[in-house]
Amino acid sequence: MSSKSFNSGSHTSGQDESGKKFGMWLFLYTEIILFGGLFVLYAVYFAKYTGDFIEGGKELNRLFGVVNTIILLISSFAVAAAVTAIQKKEKIKSMAGIITALLCGLIFLINKYFEWSHKIHNGIYPNSEKLVDGPDGLNQFFGLYYVITGLHGVHIIIGMTLLLISLIFVMTNRVAHNRFAMLENSGLYWHLVDLIWIFIFPLFYLVI
Amino acid sequence: MENQQEQHIIGYKTLLNVLLLLFVLTGITVGASYLDLGQLNVWLALFIAAIKGTLVLFFFMHMKYEGRALRWSFLGTIFFLFIMISFTFWDVAFR
Amino acid sequence: METVKSFFETPAPARFKGVLSWLITTDHKRIGLMYLFAIIFWFLLAVVLGGLLRLELMFQGETFLSAQLYNSVFTLHGVIMIFLFIIPALPAVFGNFFLPIQIGTDDVFFPKLNLLSWYLYMAGGVIAVISLFSDGFPDTGWTFYVPFSISTNTNVSTAVSAAFVLGLASMLTGLNFITTIHRMRNRAMGWLQMPLFTWTLYATSWVQLLATPVISITLILVVIERYLGVGLFDPSKGGDPILYQHLFWMYSHPAVYIMILPGMGVISEIIPVFSRKSIFGYKAIVASSMAIAVAGSLVWAHHMYTSGMSDTAVFVFSLLTFVVAIPSAIKVFSWVATLYKGSIQMTPPLFLSLCFIYLFSVGGLTGLVLGAAGANIHVHDTHFVVSHFHFTMFGGTGFAFFAALHYWWPKMFGRMYNFKIAYIASILVTGGFIFHYVPMFILGLQGMPRRYYDYLPQFESGNFLAGFGAAFMIVGIFLMFANLLLTLRKDRDASSDPWGGITLEWQTASPPPLHNFTTEPEVLDYPYDFTGVVEKYSKKPKGE
Repeated sequence: MSSKSFNSGSHTSGQDESGKKFGMWLFLYTEIILFGGLFVLYAVYFAKYTGDFIEGGKELNRLFGVVNTIILLISSFAVAAAVTAIQKKEKIKSMAGIITALLCGLIFLINKYFEWSHKIHNGIYPNSEKLVDGPDGLNQFFGLYYVITGLHGVHIIIGMTLLLISLIFVMTNRVAHNRFAMLENSGLYWHLVDLIWIFIFPLFYLVI
Repeated sequence: MENQQEQHIIGYKTLLNVLLLLFVLTGITVGASYLDLGQLNVWLALFIAAIKGTLVLFFFMHMKYEGRALRWSFLGTIFFLFIMISFTFWDVAFR
Repeated sequence: METVKSFFETPAPARFKGVLSWLITTDHKRIGLMYLFAIIFWFLLAVVLGGLLRLELMFQGETFLSAQLYNSVFTLHGVIMIFLFIIPALPAVFGNFFLPIQIGTDDVFFPKLNLLSWYLYMAGGVIAVISLFSDGFPDTGWTFYVPFSISTNTNVSTAVSAAFVLGLASMLTGLNFITTIHRMRNRAMGWLQMPLFTWTLYATSWVQLLATPVISITLILVVIERYLGVGLFDPSKGGDPILYQHLFWMYSHPAVYIMILPGMGVISEIIPVFSRKSIFGYKAIVASSMAIAVAGSLVWAHHMYTSGMSDTAVFVFSLLTFVVAIPSAIKVFSWVATLYKGSIQMTPPLFLSLCFIYLFSVGGLTGLVLGAAGANIHVHDTHFVVSHFHFTMFGGTGFAFFAALHYWWPKMFGRMYNFKIAYIASILVTGGFIFHYVPMFILGLQGMPRRYYDYLPQFESGNFLAGFGAAFMIVGIFLMFANLLLTLRKDRDASSDPWGGITLEWQTASPPPLHNFTTEPEVLDYPYDFTGVVEKYSKKPKGE
């Protein structure tokens, strides 16, 4: 056994890309549970107010939901492709992938902005008279809608920030084919945001 | 230590196929929501979402090529989430 | 004595001399010590606050704390003890310091993240203090139950943010430890050659990682409710306040295992060393640690029997609560079996460990009284509960913390403390503890509720006695810390292995050098094989 094996600390942990990825996954678990707490509330209130939730779902514009789903799926693909590209030493393709994902994220947020402002314009926002005086279930539906999509939106912004940093790193060659943990981890984060949206979409836009 | 494989590269073509599959599943889930199956609708929607999630997880997030530690810990997380929701229903469902 | 430069003498980078060089350090040992001093500060502060509560309760009527102030003081006592002391005490101090050494490596996997955790911890403490001086400290108790936490005018939002930030710190520590254990173990060390303290930290870290986000989202929701009034927990808006309690305990029950598991690990280290005998049931202890981590997350609703849950839920959670007692009992039996026929060498750490076993067993068994739904309804929210969790948390984790301090102090600082004073302090703390909390069991059974600054006349004598016990205990605690801290004034005198321990931390100098080891540590096939130690000590005269 070489002396390097016991001294594997800060010297090699800087290069242990799989270890960094492992740490990132652990962080993603915490994100899953963070949203999980909200899904507990969703499950309980859905069971309690099924009728109202169906009513609420009809008020949401499906088109927005579908478009945003497709946008996020494309962005997820773009990030995955960017990781493949960096592994294949195709720097330009990788950058194109990240930029695509960033644009998709931006469009998603713009969509969300219009969706929310439309709702708020119609008097549907937390603690609004319409919701408080209306049926309890509808208030819970839109309460959860705002909290969950709001938290998800915050994650989109964090994800875009991470992707932006990765983009700069790729540009300056600090991320390359043999050390791309930063890009890979930002990518994982971005996929997780997509993954959560995959569940949010049917739960809010498609409840029958 | 974990047995660590070499970095696996997933081809563009595979990724594109997965994306198309995800589009198709999105279409199916939207279509299915127009059918009236009662309670089943929710479970169907969640089932399709789970398939889509698995695709993202396996291919976009490379889980298919990860070692035991990650697979099991991911399953553990989902299990804990399952406990969180289901055990709450010991209370809510029997009140 | 030691020719090797210790981590205290690490050359400081230019411009960052003295304290500054500690504030930018990524050395896990220095971070551990920084946690240690912060934690001792918070602990002693909360001890004093607890003493104030007891003083108020010694006599009937308002003695010197008004009702409102009393509420704030017990909230502050709870918040500091839970979030700033017990949860981080063992993992953040001893985990940070000894986990990398015990697995034969030179740091944690993410050293910078480790420093960030420390800053988050300090920030959380500062935010908690700020909330004191703004609109009055919250009077909700550390549980922040809705609807009161949403409607009270005191500054709940700030206190809740403090808990959120502290949760983040604890979560990141857990993340760091799991990655470290997976990726950085010495090549020669397999999973079943890891010391038991490391194993319990591993189990704890998983709980920290998976349970903490639940409290994060719950606390975020409290703030959202306070500012936006969504009504997710407000019955008048269709919400369900009991769901808050579900979410809260989904974290906070597993959190009690975050608190106790590393304590059990410490005891599992100390007992074999001073029995000069291999630990009984190594694999059973490992398995029970993991079992506690899993089963501990299935029982949260046993805090809520009287909250208006369904009877089915009360039944199910009561049943599961009894199941979770099994792995803890396995550990207690294993420790006692390790002592059996060992060649016991009495030292302060072993003495404190024995106190731990006794007090923790009482705490665990009264937990079964509380876990049984019928008995629980009688004593719910009485002093019985207060006494029970102090037996487990303080008699358990607190004593494990003391034992760990006495066990590892010579390793961390290279200085041995005065045994005699350590024994006197331990006896004062233990005796005071029993005098303090046993009357509270009786008061609880008689029906004295918790969280009131006043009580009925028939409870006076019990409270008066408990106050005396508390006084002895507090004197003992201060004596204990004075004894330890005063050693820092003398020269280093501890050898690298003053106890005859065989886990890897005893193979390096006291205090350890910057990279922990100067030569490759020798990993034993079995981490508790004391044959070498017994041989060494049977040749030498007793006590080196």
